[in-house]
Amino acid sequence: MSATIHAHPQGFWRKYVFSTDHKTIAKQYLATGIFMAITGGLLAYVIRMNLAHPGQPVPGYGALNFTAYNAIVTMHGTIMIFWVAMPLLLAALGNFLIPLMIGAADMAFPRLNMLSFWTFFVSTVILLASFFVPGGAAAGGWTSYPPLSGSAIYSGGQWGVTLWILAVALEFAAFLMGGINFITTAINNRAPGMKLFDMPLMVWMQLAASIIFLFSVGPLIAGAVMLLLDRVADTGFYNPARGGDPVLFQHLFWFFGHPEVYVILLPGLGAVAEILPVFSRKPIFGYRMIVYATIITGVLSFIVWAHHQFIAGIDPRLATPFSITTILISVPIAIITFSFMATLWKGSIELKTPMLFALGMIAVFLVGGVTGIHNGTAAADIYIHDTYFVVAHFHYALIPPAFFAFLAAVYYWFPKVSGRMMNEPLGQLHFWAMFTFMNVTFLPMFVLGLMGHQRRIANPHNFAALNTPFADELQLLATIGAIGLLLSQVPFLVNLVWSALRGPVAGENPWRANTLEWSVPSPPGHGNFEKVPTVYRGPYEYSVPDRKDDWFPQNAPA
Amino acid sequence: MNLWLPQAASSYAQDLDWILIFITVIVGAWFVVAELLLLVLVIRYRRREGVKAAYLPGHSLRAMAVVLVPCAVILGLDLVIDGVAAPIWDHVKVELPPHDELIGIRGEQWAWRFVLAGPDGRLGTGDDIDAPGEVHVPVGSVVQFELSAKDVLHSFFVPELRLKQDAIPGRKIKGWFKVTRPGSYEVICAEICGFGHTLMKGKMVAESPQAYRQWLRSKQAAAKAPVPHEEKDNG
Repeated sequence: MSATIHAHPQGFWRKYVFSTDHKTIAKQYLATGIFMAITGGLLAYVIRMNLAHPGQPVPGYGALNFTAYNAIVTMHGTIMIFWVAMPLLLAALGNFLIPLMIGAADMAFPRLNMLSFWTFFVSTVILLASFFVPGGAAAGGWTSYPPLSGSAIYSGGQWGVTLWILAVALEFAAFLMGGINFITTAINNRAPGMKLFDMPLMVWMQLAASIIFLFSVGPLIAGAVMLLLDRVADTGFYNPARGGDPVLFQHLFWFFGHPEVYVILLPGLGAVAEILPVFSRKPIFGYRMIVYATIITGVLSFIVWAHHQFIAGIDPRLATPFSITTILISVPIAIITFSFMATLWKGSIELKTPMLFALGMIAVFLVGGVTGIHNGTAAADIYIHDTYFVVAHFHYALIPPAFFAFLAAVYYWFPKVSGRMMNEPLGQLHFWAMFTFMNVTFLPMFVLGLMGHQRRIANPHNFAALNTPFADELQLLATIGAIGLLLSQVPFLVNLVWSALRGPVAGENPWRANTLEWSVPSPPGHGNFEKVPTVYRGPYEYSVPDRKDDWFPQNAPA
Repeated sequence: MNLWLPQAASSYAQDLDWILIFITVIVGAWFVVAELLLLVLVIRYRRREGVKAAYLPGHSLRAMAVVLVPCAVILGLDLVIDGVAAPIWDHVKVELPPHDELIGIRGEQWAWRFVLAGPDGRLGTGDDIDAPGEVHVPVGSVVQFELSAKDVLHSFFVPELRLKQDAIPGRKIKGWFKVTRPGSYEVICAEICGFGHTLMKGKMVAESPQAYRQWLRSKQAAAKAPVPHEEKDNG
């Protein structure tokens, strides 16, 4: 294991653009992900304004026809899952942290890593370009079910869906390269002395997420290729008139799509698992139990997919078996959540911004977790399927990892990335605004869903149950919340830029944390470690009895 | 507690509402306890000068019991929910009770079309009665339907009946309902189906058997007039 696996690059292009340094690549993913998050957020603004004031022009966007509405809904979901959650949680956090946390100089395959980012970048350009092609962007929902997505006759636009498939395929190729890198690096490049069970949970979670992604993505790529062929070569994979079956695509999509939820969730849980011990000055509770629960979650995530299809025309006798596997996932997830809460018990808790976001993640995620039982129970799903109840549920399940946990990670590791501290009052303001507006936005959606509000309709006033003053108030409330959620990112972006330039200097280890990334200068130099560190203990030895300091770095000799 | 649900109007609506409420009560109780616990822990163990955190890594099985015992209870409750819900699902979606009426329902971009079986009680025969956009059903009778789609996926959704079922081109999906309350109900499409998804709406009128028969007769009389040609079903 050498500390200089590739030479220090010279020159602007090699250093900042076509860089093989995992830290630079992480920042590139971060910047792209944040840009796409703003894009996806602005699309959400258009959606919410339209639902609160159906038929009226949206300020800043203009008049909205049904096709444009469908396209915006489709692209909002696509962007937030594939171009925000994936690059931010997996690529940005994983790239920056895995080598630093395991004492490696870089990723196992730095050039593959660079290729991964630039493939992702091309996929981003293609996806954004699809807004501007004749017929507009894909408009069949982020799940792109055929026959609607299979032919321009049904969906209108010819190019939108084709570019959508191409962009998604390229994006997956990028994450396959990244995933192979993550797995190889975590398995092979650990510093001397670091056993698997000495790895920080963030590394475990990235490893598990990468493995889940690798195993699940194949069927979706097969499904997408068949969809593409149906469109461009007039094959009939999903066309019943020619022996095909539209439901086949749903199976392939969700065989990937449900594990994907855990691909996003696990790195988020990893961030929370790093932050809770540092700000409670306590070891994480039940480290191994959390690792095993993660593995069980990963395995279970492969046998639950048909819960998206209870009423989609599958054999109804399949519903109860899939219902059982689905709600069984609540057990390992509860193990992780309760272990996090047990970590707080008898701790010395300091509510700095990273800790607030980590705790907020748990508090908000609980809503998504418990409402998963409603959706996962087939009998209950008959009514709430494809309603706003589901929309509320999955926003409560995905925003906590994708935004709360991610932001916790940004506030926590910003000093390491930039060498400077972020502003604390602005961070607190950011958290409380987000926490409030999150609930203002999505709680009303549970109620709207129960009132019978089906998904992806451009004009709820067309339906008697939704054309009431009460429904309008809920719509307005959710819209105010969404605007608030967007505006609450302003203090964050200001903080990010201002602190990067003017924040107080952080030093090596501002949080007095144990993991290896805190043993190198902030920001770490090229190659990370001047000398390969030796690891003597696990990552969470806080408040060890009979020690003066309440932290005990992994690389400090006994 | 009715959870903002629309008025229940089918024989199984109350069972389906009950399971939603049952789950809400169970997970709601856990949710409240978990959130309160989180709040209490954060308040109680806020950092105080001179107080050091306890070293509790939770390595031993004894320590882990704090987490594992509640999770075992959750496992038990999961199985209870599945056990209670499975027969309700089977009743609504697996069983097909003997029917009094038979109707065909077809989704197309962007309307629902209904067909009544007519005097011979069979669909796809010459005496079928077309009822595009609006169908009437007798209250208290078991209505069996055959659901299909002409072009893309649609989803047959009548909130008051608590009934939802996707319609798929190339398939005929059978199901049933029994309306228990007279009224006029909106038939919604719950699956995105293109430009006019938000406009796709049909009407189901549930009425007394007498009124139903009268409506049926008027439809039959209208059908005596030459029917416009209808395109062939792909399925």
